Amino acid sequence: MVMVTGKVTVRLKEGVLDPQGQTIQRALEHMGYNGIDQVRAGKTFEIKLQAKSSEDAKSQLKEMSEKLLANPVIETFHVEVVE
Amino acid sequence: MRIGVVTFPGSNCDYDAYAAFRHVVGCPVDFLWHADPDLKDVDCVILPGGFSFGDYLRAGAIARFSPVMQSVIKFAGDGGLVWGICNGFQVLTEAGLLPGTLRRNAQMRFACQQVRIRVENNKTPFTRGCRPGQVLRMPIAHGEGNYYADPDVIAKLEANNQIVFRYVNSDGEPDLRSNPNGSRHNIAGIVNAQGNVLGMMPHPERAVESILGSADGLALFQSLIGVGVQAVGSETTSASPLIEKRRARV
Repeated sequence: MVMVTGKVTVRLKEGVLDPQGQTIQRALEHMGYNGIDQVRAGKTFEIKLQAKSSEDAKSQLKEMSEKLLANPVIETFHVEVVE
Repeated sequence: MRIGVVTFPGSNCDYDAYAAFRHVVGCPVDFLWHADPDLKDVDCVILPGGFSFGDYLRAGAIARFSPVMQSVIKFAGDGGLVWGICNGFQVLTEAGLLPGTLRRNAQMRFACQQVRIRVENNKTPFTRGCRPGQVLRMPIAHGEGNYYADPDVIAKLEANNQIVFRYVNSDGEPDLRSNPNGSRHNIAGIVNAQGNVLGMMPHPERAVESILGSADGLALFQSLIGVGVQAVGSETTSASPLIEKRRARV
């Protein structure tokens, strides 16, 4: 078994309205950042886990994402093993 | 009929629901505990409002995996009655017992106000005492009540008459201004295809006595426990035992 650090990024699907991202965008524009095309807010999870291999860790993280970390109705996720 | 009200860490409308059943409509009711899978042989499970598990991750996402919910999912699958209010609705969508999801309000604020909802389907166990098209006044209090589902899912809900409540204006018509959270098709509540699981964002348990500003929510409690319901419109407030008691004291 090895200790693996994984990173899961959860994003809203394309086309799903993101009021939080829009509000952040407006604030940034008020601060003077005028070149912003779009802000989408998401979530990142850093998960340290014991796994047989980096492949095994990745498949566990994928399962966790499908079951809990992301809501498939409106969100997508990306899994990577960082170390 | 016996009712079970689930308490999760962070539930804050469990006692309101309990009081509505026990003290207002006079129906036996028990609390159920999130960590205990025992449903105590109740006939209907209430998933109350609040912020279960602090709304961490997503509203309802953590509650959905609690021991009691494994029993509730099985109970609902066997045809048992399940009624999710506010956070309870969010738990039901996370658990897959109802389609779609509740997104952040489109208006970027927590919505805490009195709304009007129209009964679109009075063939459910929760609305059978209502007239079709009856408008009920009750409060909402949520930050994530913006019902969303893919267009084909919404179309199916419409076609199957699964949309039970819609936000409407004072003329009883759904429009943009009467929609407090941006929900698709002004949806305020839906049932599953079998009709035994209801989820709704408004709080009928906070509208069971005129002293609360409206007693329109009573119609749903009375429907559920099978008490003959007369027309409970905004203008008529049916006297509850609790009100009678208070009146007697005065």
